[in-house]
Amino acid sequence: MSNNDASIVLEAKGITKQFPGVLANDRVDLTLRRGEILALLGENGAGKSTLMNVLYGLYTPDAGEIWIKGEHVILQNPGDAIARGVGMVHQHFQLVPVMTVAENVILGSEITKLGGYIDKREANRRVRELSEQYGLEIDPTIEVEDLPVGLQQRVEIIKALYRQADILILDEPTAVLTPQESNELFRIMHDLTEKGVSIIFITHKLKEVLAIADRIVVLRGGRSVGAALPSESTEASLAELMVGRKVILQVDKDEAVPGKLVLEIDGLHVQDDRKHEAVKGLSLQVYAGEILGVAGVQGNGQREFVEALTGLRPSTEGKITIMGEDATHLTPRRITELDVAHIPEDREKHGLVMPYSIADNLVLNRYYRAPYSKNAILDREKIAENGAKLVKQFDVRTPSIYTHASSLSGGNKQKVIVAREFSRPVKLLIANQPTRGIDVGSIEFIHNQIVAQRDAGVAVLLVSAELDEVLSLADRVAVMFDGRIVKTLPIEEATREKIGLLMAGSEA
Amino acid sequence: MELTAKRQAESSNWFIKNRWWVLIGLILIGSVIYAYATNAVVTTAVLASTLRQSTPLILGALCGVLGERSGVINIGIEGQMLLAAFVAFLANVYTGNLLVATLAGLLAGGVMGLLLAFMSVTLKMDQIIGGTVINILAVGLTGYFYVSGLTTKGKFQPIPLGPLADIPLLGPVLFRNPPITYLAIILVFVLHYVLFYTRWGLRTRAVGEHPSAADTVGINVFRTRYINVIIAGAIAGLGGAFLTLEGVGSFERLMTNGRGFLALAIMIFGKWTPLGSWGAALLFGFTYAMQTQLQFSGVNLPPQFIGSLPYILTILVLAGFVGRSRAPAAEGIPYEKEG
Repeated sequence: MSNNDASIVLEAKGITKQFPGVLANDRVDLTLRRGEILALLGENGAGKSTLMNVLYGLYTPDAGEIWIKGEHVILQNPGDAIARGVGMVHQHFQLVPVMTVAENVILGSEITKLGGYIDKREANRRVRELSEQYGLEIDPTIEVEDLPVGLQQRVEIIKALYRQADILILDEPTAVLTPQESNELFRIMHDLTEKGVSIIFITHKLKEVLAIADRIVVLRGGRSVGAALPSESTEASLAELMVGRKVILQVDKDEAVPGKLVLEIDGLHVQDDRKHEAVKGLSLQVYAGEILGVAGVQGNGQREFVEALTGLRPSTEGKITIMGEDATHLTPRRITELDVAHIPEDREKHGLVMPYSIADNLVLNRYYRAPYSKNAILDREKIAENGAKLVKQFDVRTPSIYTHASSLSGGNKQKVIVAREFSRPVKLLIANQPTRGIDVGSIEFIHNQIVAQRDAGVAVLLVSAELDEVLSLADRVAVMFDGRIVKTLPIEEATREKIGLLMAGSEA
Repeated sequence: MELTAKRQAESSNWFIKNRWWVLIGLILIGSVIYAYATNAVVTTAVLASTLRQSTPLILGALCGVLGERSGVINIGIEGQMLLAAFVAFLANVYTGNLLVATLAGLLAGGVMGLLLAFMSVTLKMDQIIGGTVINILAVGLTGYFYVSGLTTKGKFQPIPLGPLADIPLLGPVLFRNPPITYLAIILVFVLHYVLFYTRWGLRTRAVGEHPSAADTVGINVFRTRYINVIIAGAIAGLGGAFLTLEGVGSFERLMTNGRGFLALAIMIFGKWTPLGSWGAALLFGFTYAMQTQLQFSGVNLPPQFIGSLPYILTILVLAGFVGRSRAPAAEGIPYEKEG
């Protein structure tokens, strides 16, 4: 029955998976050849993760067949997939933070002696051996929670290799990585394919696909809508396949018309959770009607800086002035009431209340005021009205305004936050990683909204680890390194190379 | 040469790293020797009593450790112990056999563990409610079926362990105990070994910290939780059996008297480890022992004050000392398998 081509290691035929209310996969076909990197491209909710979970045995498909290495298989659970050499690196890492690297690697396939005693020394040795063999440097005895995300991902890859996986599924592996870490991951992926590992690489980042994939399959709405070769594709052609319409990747915007000073920060010092100084004397100004983009590798104090600015974290020294008012030690609500909008870095932790409905989330910054509340009693009708209006206006794709925020896709969660923050008069917008991990369509929408705010005279402070985002949106670029702004350049002078060098800490 | 140097560096590191524990240990040993030199009889009595008083506490705490390490909070330890104490008592009354009675206690605890597992793993009930159900159930059942006037046929007697029992101080304290006390000490070490050095322990802890990580490498989260919670229940049952068969020799209404809840404090104080819990249990056992001793020796303190010592200690411990200990990350959260 199967294709006799021996180079095919995995074949999915007509995979169909129905969830309540959603047809997540609709007769999807997929083939993977030995030693290739197959990119699976699609927006959030296109069914990529569902398909991969089917191939990994986490979901049972309603219809369809899976062939692995010429053999028809039925995968009941991940154990079945693992036994056939399928390994998966999940988007949310499946690592136990309080255990060591080696313990995480061996978990479920432990090396034991008499009586189930775990041979830790042997486990450490095996991890070292694998890390040398595949160029994945790591210390097996360190606890996972002490590792940066890039290294945690490495642990996940080693985990799969330890189980002798030769088919590796990487589910949005670059979503949490800095550009440098992503490049390192691509090097590792190349090394792996040279050693005969076949990789399915799930992403919605077009640049990455073109840079690394051997073949591309595009999913949309649960269906496979096309296959392409990187050499014959462009970002625009892939985006069109993915979204189903023409997408403008370049943000279209006019020259900025800066007005008066809105935000001034002078010599700000902020400590991180471990009481180390993370922001070390940061100064910057943002003017009305301009976008100041803060570029920098993650972990250079951006999070602490934005949290201090929005009142979520105390600053130890320095001064923050918003519209001429001292905002250094104000509470988040007082800062909000100075007409400051905030799109937080972590939308699930600081942006939304997950178990609340969309309508409730949309009034989080105003529920205590008229017309949403009267004499401390909420006006449910007004809240629902507001919800219905904003959901429509900001194109939030949801079955109902009473749906819990937790069940929305990343892009739609972000749209809810944007809707809440932008649907009132704002003078300063602080956006931290506003498009991290969301799909092209939503990115386009949010970028346009940010530019529209700027054109309406709002001062925008955009903090992003995605250099492309900063370069396409900002009017001025400030580069953050080691807790300081090392240089601010007008966009005309901000070339990738120059910014890249500054981000790495070298004076350009 | 180099290797020995490294070893030495490591061992001195161990002392530096654990300097507070080493210090506390030295002070403890010092004061025990001093007390023994001053009054050998009382010291021996207090220490022996400490160990026995700590037995139901450590058994309860081990029950808590095992459950929570696999991700299930058990506030029903009190009820599990109480019901097991009652069942063990009845079994002894009707069979006259202490071994059968102990097994009946284990079984009763295990069944209560099964009930908790069913409620929290399968029904995904709130685990605090589940534990409360067990506590209320145990109070109701034992109260309803209790018949006054029954007494056990015999009681576990101390078994001296040969020449070891003749060592001064250590002999009577450690090596002249009834069987469940020995068993409790053995269980502490066995469970510590199992939890931290074996495959089963690694998997149990993974399930308690990050169940979906365990699931994706093929570990059955539900089964792991069931087995741990049932075994934990049986251990609490052993604690109950201790109360009727070894401690008192009869059953009284509500005879667990808060020990099951105290066991939770002990578990937390012991940072969710069997060895740590044992240390904590001994500390609490010591306050019980002192309580008795102070009342005997006629110290001029109101008995209510002396009687409240263990509870004051609980408050102090929970408020002051547990700051840095960390519970298993997934405890109390029912695992939902996707898809």
